[in-house]
Amino acid sequence: MTTITHRLGSETLTAGRLPRATTPSVAVASIIIGYALAVLASGEGNIGLATLFAFVLFLVTIEIATRIVEGPRQAADRRAGNLIAGAFLLALVPLGSVTWVTVSKGLARFDAAFFSQSMRNVVGEGGGAIHAVYGTLYVTGMATLISVPIGLLTAVYLAEYGARNRLSKSITFFVDVMTGVPSIVAGLFAYALMGILVGPGTKSGFSGSIALSVLMIPVVVRACEELLRLVPNELREAAYALGVPKWLTIVRVVIPTAISGIISGIILSIARVIGETAPLLIAMGFTASMNNNVFANPMMTLPVFVYDSYAHPGTDVQPYLDRAWAGALTLILIVMILNLIGRLIARRFAPKTGR
Amino acid sequence: MTQKLTRALTDPGAGPDPSSGMPDPKRRGDRIFRGFAMGAGITILVILALVATFLLVQGSPALFADPAKLISQGYGEFLPWVLPYAFGTIWAAVLALLFAVPVSIGIALFISHYAPRRLAQPLGYVIDLLAAVPSVVFGLWGSLVLAPAAVPLYEWLNANLGFIPLFSGQVSGGGRNMFTIAIVLATMILPIITSLCREVFLQAPRLHEEAALALGATRWEMIKMAVFPFARPGIIAAVMLGLGRALGETMAVTMILSGSRNITFEVLTSQNPNTIAATIAQNFPEAFGLKTSQLIAAGLVLFLITLVVNMIARWIVSRRAEYSGAN
Amino acid sequence: MSKRIETTDLNVYYGDFRAVEDVTITIQPRAVTAFIGPSGCGKSTFLRTLNRMHEVIPGARVEGEVLLDGENLYGAGVDPVRVRRQVGMVFQRPNPFPTMSIKENVLAGIKLNFNRMPRNEQDELVERSLRSANLWEEVKNRLELPGSGLSGGQQQRLCIARAIAMAPEVLLMDEPCSALDPISTLAIEDLMSELKEKYTIVIVTHNMQQAARVSDTTAFFNIAGTGSPGRLIESGPTDKIFSTPDVKATEDYISGRFG
Repeated sequence: MTTITHRLGSETLTAGRLPRATTPSVAVASIIIGYALAVLASGEGNIGLATLFAFVLFLVTIEIATRIVEGPRQAADRRAGNLIAGAFLLALVPLGSVTWVTVSKGLARFDAAFFSQSMRNVVGEGGGAIHAVYGTLYVTGMATLISVPIGLLTAVYLAEYGARNRLSKSITFFVDVMTGVPSIVAGLFAYALMGILVGPGTKSGFSGSIALSVLMIPVVVRACEELLRLVPNELREAAYALGVPKWLTIVRVVIPTAISGIISGIILSIARVIGETAPLLIAMGFTASMNNNVFANPMMTLPVFVYDSYAHPGTDVQPYLDRAWAGALTLILIVMILNLIGRLIARRFAPKTGR
Repeated sequence: MTQKLTRALTDPGAGPDPSSGMPDPKRRGDRIFRGFAMGAGITILVILALVATFLLVQGSPALFADPAKLISQGYGEFLPWVLPYAFGTIWAAVLALLFAVPVSIGIALFISHYAPRRLAQPLGYVIDLLAAVPSVVFGLWGSLVLAPAAVPLYEWLNANLGFIPLFSGQVSGGGRNMFTIAIVLATMILPIITSLCREVFLQAPRLHEEAALALGATRWEMIKMAVFPFARPGIIAAVMLGLGRALGETMAVTMILSGSRNITFEVLTSQNPNTIAATIAQNFPEAFGLKTSQLIAAGLVLFLITLVVNMIARWIVSRRAEYSGAN
Repeated sequence: MSKRIETTDLNVYYGDFRAVEDVTITIQPRAVTAFIGPSGCGKSTFLRTLNRMHEVIPGARVEGEVLLDGENLYGAGVDPVRVRRQVGMVFQRPNPFPTMSIKENVLAGIKLNFNRMPRNEQDELVERSLRSANLWEEVKNRLELPGSGLSGGQQQRLCIARAIAMAPEVLLMDEPCSALDPISTLAIEDLMSELKEKYTIVIVTHNMQQAARVSDTTAFFNIAGTGSPGRLIESGPTDKIFSTPDVKATEDYISGRFG
């Protein structure tokens, strides 16, 4: 005991502690000095540079103060805490910037014309994205029509029938593999499939839907399987005990119990694919006009419209960029709203699992 | 019951059994439904097989064509053509990971162990919002906002740390370089890595956390003693999944980089290796014949790379499931 | 080496809910004090306030004071980390760190405090702590193997060794035997009567025979009904509590009439 007692024995419970106001006051001081340093260093007030200086200054000051007053272990603890909080704040920077820029630049063309006109015969100013809005609805709707039955039924098989047999294990494995398929590869697949089925170089909305389905099916399977597994076994047994056959039990009892979660999962998976660009670029091509036929001719969706406006502007670039930002704003709004609806449904009607 | 059914079906001589009547319609419903469910599952396997087959079929002309023909009608001999892009793909993804992993782990810890419990979920949503931004918007933002804004940083790095090969060379004027790509890709994979890490951090056993605290550990020491050892496989899997996503990301690279076909580790110059996905996206609309095949073959290479990465990730995850099950 | 604990009018809250009400008790050094009472009566919660481990639970807070040889654990400038270094704790379920070897587990707390303890001192400390925990003979040949490979009872003794390696003043034990078989339980009980020569020991137990066997003082906690706070009903020498308690409720509980 001697050594330990010797070293710990004299210890008291109280340790030197920095006053509570230390962190905020050092933070404020660091921001001011950091900004001043940035002005000195670059001649102008660069916000990025100022923030960097301020943060480093803050870390170093707190480190030294804690080391002196509280000791090295507390210093390490505070350093870790500060860096961790810093990481979170850092992630807010791109989020805030993207949101701000998209809203401020997107509002310029976020007008009635944008949602009522196509780009047919438009050069320069004017025009709109109505063809892309319709295209998005068609292509995403078609992809949903393909993905949901396949995805939901597969989830039913995995959760209700699979019983960990080899087929269900390999399906689970390949669904995982499918979630990792790069989106552009899905586009190439749809293109190749159409090339073989219809003829080389076929580009149509349906082809885009196939590409999106490849990306969407695994998400639907995952979400639905998880929810079906949450349905308590007692419910199934109660139905069996009443003489209800298994398939009716699934259709009438299991799926209705999980339905809100399933719907929310489907909405979230739509939100995931609605912003896809790369596969559609490959599978659908570009168009400036309305196309109401999913099965023939190129079709435009909003993300492709944004990319096209950005990548292939006319001689006067600004109107194209304005339309690109307006498209981006529309897209973000759609995705946010879908996410919100999905989460609300999931929360409002969540089955009480008691966990 | 089943026996009777099979007998009735296999033995044409046997008349309908008066006691059982017609084959039970409920039973038939079960079999049909099960068949549908199984069919859907098999469809998925078929789709994946088709993806691989079709890419092979449509890409094979480029893979097995005479190099001379590829030079005259395609983009050039396949392997020398695709290797720089493969390098660019991996290089961009690795750089993105360098940025994203520490930040993601930090955010995940902030949400799981630092922020008040009540705030954990809303803060998680905030980070998930990043995942809701479509890649094409990140492309716009990266090329029109981030790249020009970052030029002073690049010039500073080049002037002061230019002796490091990474930062040497002539800084690209518009800021459209590998560094910008890495930041944008990092932002895009941040939410995935964060949410997976958050999950495993939250699952770290309370028992061990309390054991560490009861020994007089500070919060950070507790995390090092009880959370990280437990979460390590989960973190690795999250990183691999993030890597898979970064490898396949197309639009951000397509819109920011005007890539070339040189292998270089300099991240600030205007001479940047392109990625496979961006090359396909940039060239596919105008491609025809052998060029199309060659791009599809490149897609196959990308598919294989991401497949390997994802399989490793899944393997780690499944190993961890077994490990924790044994405890 | 061991200190006296005194609490006066201690209240513990989870958010707005008062879990423990007005506990005033003195815990003697070099003795075993047992907390008994029905489930949910706040005895474990109270135990955790003695080394500020309740702070791990979000929303938990304390009103009142806990004096460790006269020094308030909740006084200004008190560092909970230092409190826990002096007041060790053993948990309901054995919780050796699964990624560490037996030796590393014993040294886990020490490593936090001294980064550079000489090797021979480390070995000496490991042996001494494991001997004090009556575990040395069983594990001396496999110190480098993971602690999770031991039996439940051995793991719990490893956790005790880990706690006493820190040379604490007080050892808190939160139902240390509830996850163990009778033989392992006996081993831990024997160990407790040895450890009380050096430490102040507080044990929460559901097992009244155990309290009667190992403790010098017994404190009975009870709860008026769900939703109301737990209270200390009475405390006193174990013999007296188990033979002639002052309060009817104590007698009812001990004779098995409720709880």
